[in-house]
Amino acid sequence: MGGFENSLNALVLLANFVLVPALAYGSQLALGAVGVTLIFGILRFANFAHGDTMAFGTMVTIFCTWALQSAGISAGPLPTALLALPVGILATIALVLLTDRFVFRFYRKRRSPPVIYIVASVGVMFMLNGLVRLLIGPDDRKFTDGERFVISAREFKQSTGLAEGLSIQTTQALTIGVAILAVALLFWFLQKTRTGKSMRAFSDNEDLALLCGIDPDRVVRVAWILAAVLAVLAGVLYGLDKSFKPFIYFNLLLPFFAAAILGGIGQPVGAIVGGYIVAFTEVTATYAYKQLAVYLLPSGWVPDGLLQFLSTDYKFAISFIILVLVLLIRPTGIFRGRVL
Amino acid sequence: MDEEDIRKALTAFGLIGLGLVLTGLLQSWNAALGVLNLCLISGVMALGLNIQWGYAGLFNAGVMAFTAVGGMTAVLVSYPPVVEAWQVGAGGLLASVLALVVTALVTGFVYRRLPAGRKRFWLITLVALLGYLVVRSLFGEAVQLIEAVNPARTGFLGGLGLPILFSWLAGGLVAAALAWFIGRISLGLRADYLAIATLGIAEIVISILKNEDWLVRGVKNVTGLPRPVPYEVELQQSDWFASVISWVYSGRLENAADQRAVLAELMIPASSIFVKLCYTGLFATVTLLLLVLANRVAQAPWGRMMRAIRDNEAAAAAMGKDVVARHRQAFIVGSAVIGLAGAMLTTLDGQFTPGGYNPLRYTFLVWVMVIVGGSGHNLGAILGGFIIWFVWVEAEPVSLFVMRQITDLIPMEPASAYHLMASAPHMRHFVMGLVLLLVLRYSPRGVLAEK
Repeated sequence: MGGFENSLNALVLLANFVLVPALAYGSQLALGAVGVTLIFGILRFANFAHGDTMAFGTMVTIFCTWALQSAGISAGPLPTALLALPVGILATIALVLLTDRFVFRFYRKRRSPPVIYIVASVGVMFMLNGLVRLLIGPDDRKFTDGERFVISAREFKQSTGLAEGLSIQTTQALTIGVAILAVALLFWFLQKTRTGKSMRAFSDNEDLALLCGIDPDRVVRVAWILAAVLAVLAGVLYGLDKSFKPFIYFNLLLPFFAAAILGGIGQPVGAIVGGYIVAFTEVTATYAYKQLAVYLLPSGWVPDGLLQFLSTDYKFAISFIILVLVLLIRPTGIFRGRVL
Repeated sequence: MDEEDIRKALTAFGLIGLGLVLTGLLQSWNAALGVLNLCLISGVMALGLNIQWGYAGLFNAGVMAFTAVGGMTAVLVSYPPVVEAWQVGAGGLLASVLALVVTALVTGFVYRRLPAGRKRFWLITLVALLGYLVVRSLFGEAVQLIEAVNPARTGFLGGLGLPILFSWLAGGLVAAALAWFIGRISLGLRADYLAIATLGIAEIVISILKNEDWLVRGVKNVTGLPRPVPYEVELQQSDWFASVISWVYSGRLENAADQRAVLAELMIPASSIFVKLCYTGLFATVTLLLLVLANRVAQAPWGRMMRAIRDNEAAAAAMGKDVVARHRQAFIVGSAVIGLAGAMLTTLDGQFTPGGYNPLRYTFLVWVMVIVGGSGHNLGAILGGFIIWFVWVEAEPVSLFVMRQITDLIPMEPASAYHLMASAPHMRHFVMGLVLLLVLRYSPRGVLAEK
């Protein structure tokens, strides 16, 4: 093998095990983190129920997928869950609007401190958690169907003649595509429409926005709806890419928060950038670079170990370390979000 | 506490007592005492969280972390040291710690000596990276050696072999140290940051405890921790316990044909109840002691200052109070109490199982306890611990019973009946969330309101 071919192999290896998975995971994180940051910006609290809202929407989508599958309806090469997605989104919108009406509105009218909202969101989280486990159970569920690969490793090897294969799963391609579409629509909404502009105004300065005659209830409602749509998208895409398990969804809260704070609280662009940074750091730090060293280093130089910076068991530590560094160095985040 | 408070507290504790007596009669006295012991531990946890939330208004989403480090300390204090593991691994561990210190010193030196700029940044990154690689390789080798020592039974360094009661104090101290670290990072920023940072540290502490086998054996669990109270088997063979039992059951023994056999029969459940009662005594002493201390602190100038800060930070700061430092104090003290409760819990279990910690049970349930019991009211928090733990434990048999009635009444397929029965225990999450929201909204001061 020549040196050039070795470097090509190394590139493909990185693309296959780092770039593509991190892009997909980053897209999922970005979608979730934008939802968290929107609630942060408009309602001004860290929503601990976000992970379980995601789990709820995904659960409804899964039920609907099963119903479609047993009715023999499928989306061809794409996962059936895509057809079921609107139902999940509608159910989750209804859910968040109900919780807002019966839980959060009360504290908003009284102008309670943010910490009370957090406690209330813990209550909502508990209830959703119970509901999801009651209906679908605490176990792992897979609901991916359709064509598995856009490019499979074997085809790639055959067509290029390289030793390393690059595989792109349908779900990964779908995740990245849907995320780009959703984010583009979101920014169009926030930048160009009247409601979006009023939301940004409200997020920047609540009192001024109220003076200008912006209806706070409407802004809050739209924020919840957007957060719900994004949460269900993130949840379903994550579930398609990996699998659905309620507890894992709860645990995603930490990377979401880390991404939102890293990007700057209340800054949707920041949350997206933050999501990708968290995902890339996590994947690059937990990837074992052994094979890469085999390609790039002379044969005698390759070390014995896995060449892994951090065991995958500690991937949550990455989010936390990022969070700590941001809090220590630049509490406002990259895009100068709100800090108090 | 005024008269109304005392009346309420007596009624509430009386109701729980009644519930425990009913549990004793319907299930078994052993079960009732088991619930009571955990009620006491929950009460201490809630008391700790109340110091943070009730006094200082801090949101701690990592109660689980402090409970778990308390439990870890119980292992590290009480388990006999594994001499062989120390012999093979201690040198390597020490070397890796030394390497870590040297890296930190060099980084600090570069940071201070060089002017800020790109050159300093890259040099520091390089030093940190090199240091990390060295530390990691030294550490990895030592860990491999330690974990290879009799992996089926030990495979970790063991502890100090001290009486486990010491660990209650030590657990509090370790939890306090962890709280100091978290408080340093996230206090003084907005309230959400502490919540998120504590949520993160909880995940990390649990994953460290699960994966660092050399420390406390990870998911292989440490079992057979020494006890502060006698063992059942010893009791059954001891003469004094036999005489106590024959005195208690003297009526029944007189009429028995084979007195020795009947006595032996009676001693088996009696010994286990006696052991549980010993624990109850220990836990109740700790709970009362902490309650008295917490109440004194609350009435002292420190408590008044904390409430002043909580109710109006700006005004308190204007009066010259250091808000962040006070918050840090409350956070550390509260975490120490939670760590103590964690050590007590591991002592009671006699084993340490990192896989068993989950945030709903060990963090957010404690929150429900404090909110229900009465934020800012010490006895209220303990009462909340009793109420919520009792409900949490008893909700399972009750919901199973209800589900069984439903599946009996309504004809359905076996699969869905099975599904309903299996998911019955999850009902209690839903109920707990509902209770939290209802109390927070309609009675935000809880059962025993702060005056």
